[in-house]
Amino acid sequence: MHAPTRYYDDSVKGFIIWSIVWGTVAVLVGILISLQLAWPQLNVAPYLTYGRLRPIHTNAGIFGWGIGSFIALFFYITQRLTRSPLWSPGLARVTLWLFNIGIASAAVTLAMGFNRTKEYAELEWPLAIVVAIIWVLFSINVFMTILRRKEEQMYISLWYIMATLVGVTVLYVINNLGVPLHLFKSYSAFAGTNDANVQWWYGHNAVAMVLTTPPLAIFYYFLPKVTGNPIFSHRMGIVAFWSLIFMYLWTGAHHLLWTPVPDWIQTLAMAFSIMLIAPSWGAVFNGYLTMNGQWEQLKTNYLVKFLICGITFYGLQTLQGPMQAVRTFSAFIHYTDWVPGHVHMGALGWVSMVLFAAIYYAVSKMNDSEIYSTRLADIHFWLVLVGQLIYSVTMWIAGVQQASMLLATNPDGSLHYSFMETMIAIFPYYKMRAVSGFIYLAGLLVFIYNIYKTFQKGVVTQAAKP
Amino acid sequence: MLEKNPVIFIILAFVVIMVGTTVTMIAPFKWINGPGDRIAEVKPYTPLQQEGRDIYMREGCNNCHSQTVRTLAADVERYGYGGGYSRSGEFVYDRPHLWGSRRTGPDLAHIGLKYPDPKGMWHHKHMENPQSVVPASNMPAYAFLNAPLDTSYSERKMKLLKFPYTQADLDELKGKSEMDAIIAYMRKLGTDLPVSKASNGPKLQDVLNNPYNDLNTVKAEALSIYAKDCASCHGVKREGTLGPSLKGSARSDADLFAIIANGIEANGMPAFSGMLDERKIWKLVTLIKLGKQDD
Repeated sequence: MHAPTRYYDDSVKGFIIWSIVWGTVAVLVGILISLQLAWPQLNVAPYLTYGRLRPIHTNAGIFGWGIGSFIALFFYITQRLTRSPLWSPGLARVTLWLFNIGIASAAVTLAMGFNRTKEYAELEWPLAIVVAIIWVLFSINVFMTILRRKEEQMYISLWYIMATLVGVTVLYVINNLGVPLHLFKSYSAFAGTNDANVQWWYGHNAVAMVLTTPPLAIFYYFLPKVTGNPIFSHRMGIVAFWSLIFMYLWTGAHHLLWTPVPDWIQTLAMAFSIMLIAPSWGAVFNGYLTMNGQWEQLKTNYLVKFLICGITFYGLQTLQGPMQAVRTFSAFIHYTDWVPGHVHMGALGWVSMVLFAAIYYAVSKMNDSEIYSTRLADIHFWLVLVGQLIYSVTMWIAGVQQASMLLATNPDGSLHYSFMETMIAIFPYYKMRAVSGFIYLAGLLVFIYNIYKTFQKGVVTQAAKP
Repeated sequence: MLEKNPVIFIILAFVVIMVGTTVTMIAPFKWINGPGDRIAEVKPYTPLQQEGRDIYMREGCNNCHSQTVRTLAADVERYGYGGGYSRSGEFVYDRPHLWGSRRTGPDLAHIGLKYPDPKGMWHHKHMENPQSVVPASNMPAYAFLNAPLDTSYSERKMKLLKFPYTQADLDELKGKSEMDAIIAYMRKLGTDLPVSKASNGPKLQDVLNNPYNDLNTVKAEALSIYAKDCASCHGVKREGTLGPSLKGSARSDADLFAIIANGIEANGMPAFSGMLDERKIWKLVTLIKLGKQDD
C-alpha cells in the first residue's frame, strides 16, 4: 500500500474563491449592460458605456470565472489522478497573484478604452503578455506534476487537461500578434479579411479549448466521484477526444458565413461543424450511460442534478451550434439576439452548472466535511436554472422575431420594416432578460453563502481535531 | 504507450490541432488580400480618419455595429446604400477588422454613402444625443467626444501602418475634436466604392411627370418610407429639424423629385436615387405636396 499522498490545496482554495469573485463581477456587469440596452440613459459616459462594459463582462466571465476555476480544479484533479503533490506550490501562489492582478488590470484598462476590439482578445499587448505568462506558469506546474506522477495510467480527464494547455497557448499567442504603437495601443499583425479569419479561428476555438475541453475534463472526473459509478466507456471517451480536438479547428469561419471570407473556407467550417455533433454527443452519452441503473440519484444527490443538467445543456448546445453554422439558418439568425441566447445556454447552463458541482464537491473534500446545506444548494440550482432558461428563451424569441422583420420584404422587393421598427419590437424581451439576470444573481448569492459557510465549518472541524 | 507518455501525448495533440489550423487559417493567407481582392478605388485612411477609427475602437462601437454587408438581398437592400455587398478589397487597410458579431445597431460598412453631407450634421446631432433624431434608439450619448483630439501619435500611426500622408493631411488635424475624427471615419466608410448611381437609380429625363395625383392611394406607403428615410432629419411630423419643414412646398413636383433623387450636397441632403426607386420618390413628392398638416 502507498502512503497517502499529501495534496497541496491552498492554491486550489485561493483560485476557487477568486474565480467566484470575478464570476460575480461578470454577472453584475452583465445585469448592468442588459439594463442599458433597455434604458440607454443608464450609460454613464465615458467609462461606463455599453461599448466599454461589454468586454469587461465577457472577460470577467471567460477569464475570471472560467479560467480561474479551471486552474483551481485542474490543480485539484491533477494531484489526485496522479497521486502526486503539486510540482511547485510556490509557483501556484505566484500564479494566483498574477491572475488577480491581470484580471483587475483588464477591467480597469477596458473601462479606460484600451481595447483591441478582437472579441475575447480585447486586452492591449502588455496585459496580453501577462495573460500568456500566467497560462505558461500554470501549464508548467500541471505538466510537471503529470510527468512526475505516481499513477502510471492517465485517465481521460488528464488528456483533456493537456490538450487545453497546448491549445490555448497556440490560439492566444497567434491571435494577439500585433505591432505596438505605444504602451496602451497596438495594431493587429493581420489586415481585413485575414484578420477576421484569424480572429474567428481563435474565437471559436476559445469555445473549444476554454469552454469545452476543461469542463469535459472536470465532468469526466467528478461524475464517477459523485455517483460512485465508473465512467461508461473509456474507449468512447478516447475516440470522442481525438475527433473533437481534430474537428474543432476547422470550424471558425462559421462565424463568417456570407462575408468576404472565401466560400470554400465557409463550406469546410459548415461541414465540420455538423460532424462535431458526433464527438460532442459521445461525451453526452458517456455521461448518460454512466447513470445506467442509478438514475434515482437525480432525486437523492444534489450534485448529480448539477452535473446531468450541465451535460444536457452541453448536448443541446452542440446541436444548436451546428444548426447555426448552416448557411441558410445563419442568414436568418446571425447578428441577432438569438446568438447571446445560445452563448448563455453554454456559459450559464453547461459550463457553470458543472463548475458549481465540482466546487461544492472539492470544497467539501478539502475541508473534510459535508456541504453546509444541501437545501440551499437545491435553491441555488433552481434559481440559476430558471434564470438561465428565461435568459435564453427570451433571446431566442427576440432573435427570431427581429430576424423575420429584418428580412420581410414588400411585393416589389423593398424592405417592409425600418431598422427601428425591428428594434422597438424586441425591447420587451430586453426587459425580461434583465429580470432573468437578477434571478441568476440571487442563485449565485445563495451559492456564495453556502460555500462560505462550508469553509467556516471546515475551520471549526480542523480546530476541533486533537 | 500513448496513455503513459505525456510528452508524446502533447506533441500528438499539437499536430492534431494544427491540421485544421493549417488548412483553414494559415493557408488562406496565400489568397486573401492578394491582387485579385484589390479594389483600385479603395484608399488608405487619412490621419484624421485613422484617429476616428481608433476612437471607434476605444468606445467599442463594434460591440453593437457590424461592418460587413452580407451577400444577401435583404442585407444589400438595408445596408448597401448603393455600394452592394462587402468585398474583401474594402478592408485591406483595416488593422484590425471591425466586422463585429451583433447588430444591436445597424451595419456601418457603407454608412458614408447614406449620409454624404460633408459637414456631417446628421452624425453630429445623432452622436451627441441619439434620441433627438431617432426617438426610440437605445444608443448611448457620445457628447463627451466634443473634446480636443490628441494628435501626438497621428504621424507615427501613419508610418506604422505604412499609409501615405502629406503635410496637408496632418495640418487638417489642427483644432479638430474627437467627434470630428470619428465622423470623418464614418463618412469614409463605403464612399471609395465605385458606385454608379445612374445605373440603379431612376433617370430624370424619363420621369418628369408625377404618376400619382391622389394622396389617398399612396399615403400609407409614403408615410412608411418617410418614417424610415426622412423623419430623422425632417422631423417625425415633417415639422423640420435638421432639414426644413416638409408640410407642403412651393416647388414643382419635378424639382422635389430632383432634390430627393440627387440630394443637395452643400447643405447635407443625401441623394436617395440609390436607395429608393422612382415610384417611391414620387410617392414622397405626393406626400409633401398634398399631405395635410396633421398627416
